[in-house]
Amino acid sequence: MNAPQRVVVDPITRIEGHLRIEAETDEGGKITRASSAGTMVRGIEIIMRGRDPRDAWAFTQRICGVCTLVHGIASVRAVEDALKYEIPPNAELIRNLMIAAQYVHDHVMHFYHLHALDWVDVVSALKADPKATSDLAQSISNYSKSSPGYFSDVQKKLKNFVEGGQLGIFSNAYWGHPAYKLPPEANLMAVAHYLEALSWQREVVKLHAIFGGKNPHPMFLVGGVPSAISVQGEAKTGGGQSGTALNLTGLQIVQNVINQMREFVDQVYVPDTLAIAGFYKDWASQGEGLGNFLTFGDMPTKTMWDTDSLFIPRGAILNRDLSTIHPVDLHADGEIQEYVTHSWYKYSVGDETGLHPYKGETELNYTGPKPPYEHLDVDAKYSWLKSPRWKGHAMEVGPLARVLMLYAKGHEQTRELVGLTLNKLDVPVQALFSTLGRTAARTLESKIMADAMQGMFDQLMTNIKAGDIRTFNEKLWEPSSWPKIAKGAGFMEAPRGGLAHFIVIEDEKIANYQAVVPSTWNAGPRDAMGQDGAYEAALKGHVLHDPKQPIEILRTIHSFDPCIACAVHVTDPDGEELVKVKVR
Amino acid sequence: MDKGETLLEHMERQGMSRRTFLKYCASLASLMALPPSAAAAMAEALGKARRPSVIWLPFQECTGCTESITRSHSPSVEGLIFDMISLDYQETLMAAAGFQAEEALQNAMKENYGKYVLIIDGSVSTGMDGAYSCIGGRSNLDSLQEAAKGAAAIIALGTCASFGGIPKANPNPTGAVPVSDIIKDKPIINISGCPPIPVVITGVIAHYLTFGTVPELDKHGRPKAFYGETIHDRCYRRPFYDQGKFAKTFDDEGARNGWCLFELGCKGPITYNACATSKWNDGTSFPIQSGHGCIGCSEPDFWDAGGFYKALSTPANPLKYVAAAAVAGAAAGVAVSFANRARKQKAKSEHETATTSDLEK
Repeated sequence: MNAPQRVVVDPITRIEGHLRIEAETDEGGKITRASSAGTMVRGIEIIMRGRDPRDAWAFTQRICGVCTLVHGIASVRAVEDALKYEIPPNAELIRNLMIAAQYVHDHVMHFYHLHALDWVDVVSALKADPKATSDLAQSISNYSKSSPGYFSDVQKKLKNFVEGGQLGIFSNAYWGHPAYKLPPEANLMAVAHYLEALSWQREVVKLHAIFGGKNPHPMFLVGGVPSAISVQGEAKTGGGQSGTALNLTGLQIVQNVINQMREFVDQVYVPDTLAIAGFYKDWASQGEGLGNFLTFGDMPTKTMWDTDSLFIPRGAILNRDLSTIHPVDLHADGEIQEYVTHSWYKYSVGDETGLHPYKGETELNYTGPKPPYEHLDVDAKYSWLKSPRWKGHAMEVGPLARVLMLYAKGHEQTRELVGLTLNKLDVPVQALFSTLGRTAARTLESKIMADAMQGMFDQLMTNIKAGDIRTFNEKLWEPSSWPKIAKGAGFMEAPRGGLAHFIVIEDEKIANYQAVVPSTWNAGPRDAMGQDGAYEAALKGHVLHDPKQPIEILRTIHSFDPCIACAVHVTDPDGEELVKVKVR
Repeated sequence: MDKGETLLEHMERQGMSRRTFLKYCASLASLMALPPSAAAAMAEALGKARRPSVIWLPFQECTGCTESITRSHSPSVEGLIFDMISLDYQETLMAAAGFQAEEALQNAMKENYGKYVLIIDGSVSTGMDGAYSCIGGRSNLDSLQEAAKGAAAIIALGTCASFGGIPKANPNPTGAVPVSDIIKDKPIINISGCPPIPVVITGVIAHYLTFGTVPELDKHGRPKAFYGETIHDRCYRRPFYDQGKFAKTFDDEGARNGWCLFELGCKGPITYNACATSKWNDGTSFPIQSGHGCIGCSEPDFWDAGGFYKALSTPANPLKYVAAAAVAGAAAGVAVSFANRARKQKAKSEHETATTSDLEK
């Protein structure tokens, strides 16, 4: 038994950004209240005011370098929505391919490099028998790198590393904690794939490099995509000396990447997830949280305005009720609203009121303790994140929300994959609503995306072969062709969940810009009604085996894949207030 | 170094022969455009060294710089962090969290006092007593000042740490400043770019660790080897510029043929970086090759330079046609750019022979 206490985890590592969790526990070590705080702000939307809307994507993209394309895409879509600016089908296909590639890349890296160490004990891998590891690997997958020699080499490398005495990124972790349940062989297999995934990921980002010139932070363009297709004229021979990267050679690289992605997901990521999950079935009944799920939808097969054509459907699910999908309207004043009751901002209409992003306003208003501090006052304001709500409900966004939405809508492959997974793990469908369910949903979604990429690419090739190589619509490029005032919402499904950017354009410049971001939905603080955010709700009820080694907190927080730089954003429609900010 | 094994011992235990180790040193020397004799010195220095401690602190950042380093092909990130350096604090990759993470940081700073390399990504917020960006309840400003004390050198990684970057863009709501505004008594290497090119990051780290000296820097504190020439000078589209062939809009005939993007706002002529030669993602492409003008992301205050699609008002300097550009553009890889640079400047012998004590400086 422990005395009730407040467990602070700061920094939460293996995430994007700066996140702090303060968890209050009772005598049994059970979390009774958790508070999620984003501790870094840059004020990017303040910075964007008055700039050229066509430049906005580059600014917003720098919100985050992990989900490196999502804010770029959402931004160009926001401008296009405001101007009713249509883009050619090839541009839509290329964007869809880039988005899908981001999912697969991001999810694999999250699983192996950010989340795995919550479940995989690296030190235990030293005790594994390479032959038995090989047997295990071959029993779950036909991945070629699975011989006893291969695992023996990895183990030797690891052993030498540990014996060298400089543990680097593996030092001071919770190794040996009883919550680690994998046998040594499974640990060794996972360590091997940790390394494999590092090398795989830098190959598959080449898809972004072809279409966007580089990764991280590929290039985008309002009105289409920047990469003209070089398969005719002076450039028809390809080869890199003339034309663009998007020539025949480049298209072949894209096809190769799709193959590499599908192979790794099918042969490594999916089998590993299932194998590891089998040892942690107790996590299939905790860590759910809200039970409300929201998606904005993405990957149009026609246009962004035709929401019925979205491959990932849009909708809201309340209280786990998969039989009813509620329609969602991004533009409606009363649907999406953000609160700042517990956030370090001030609203002119009072901090208890929610505001739709078009009317969004924010003034930095830090009222927390002067650093260095031990604790935040979690009854007052305690985060740089706002609290977005849909029709007043706190909602979870992300892979689980999307898989549930696809499942509820009857998407065949999703139903099949979910069925196989539940069957394999021998757990009921309710197991989806959990920490483990969230992690598994991310894996299944990667397979759905990787498979879908081939169809997108085939369509692109069909268009090119038929002579349609358009990638950009020039019609509304010049700002002089725009209406005096326009506003729009650009949405997408980022790897971490539904993302929407809201822009107000006046006199060819940005008058107001607001990003409502996945990790803000998930990681945001309590709202005016006292409703927990998704992280806070999910942590409630967790029992900490050892409050000094709160691995349970890490497992559930990481299952959301936090992206905190994304989540913190600031709009200030009234720039005058900025002078109040104390700057030394 | 008073304990632990040397890098050579480490590599030998990892199954690398002495011969392979020497080859490795030779390729590093070539990467750095150093005379072949440097390889021997390097081998000697590396052979004696315990893997040097590197401490990485993230401030007002987006993790793009961390992501970028994971994209490096040679050396790879796993080669770097498992074989070459001891990455003792890196929040995105490290297993430990919370209290244990802070403890790991304190331990690393204590054990390697005066010797570790400090990498900073992100700008430093000076507003509101530093409350705009905190880790473990401490302001970044506070953490930086503490960590800098025991650092042998500081690498300001990315345009935010080098020049203030996007947080410092007008009107700079949080009082963001670059590392060099705060720390004045340590060698600082700026590796700018938003993010920097993967191989540039690993290349500069490897250089510093090998020689223990700061490479030759330009006026903005950037290694000249990578930031010595403009993108325009080395661009594979440069011949079109010289012929006056320009894309007039995205996706016109000129754009499809790979003509110069100057009129679409390309900032290549005023941007110093290695994108056109080393390219990105294993030499796959770079922004101009994928049809978008350079936005100038490795230059100070590029965010406030007037718009990414606005053509530079004055034509670029009428530099003579660089014949090597086409070759460099085709043969991807840093080695080529270094080799060209080496030919032009002759292999510089300014690097003193590296010794173990140099590494420990």
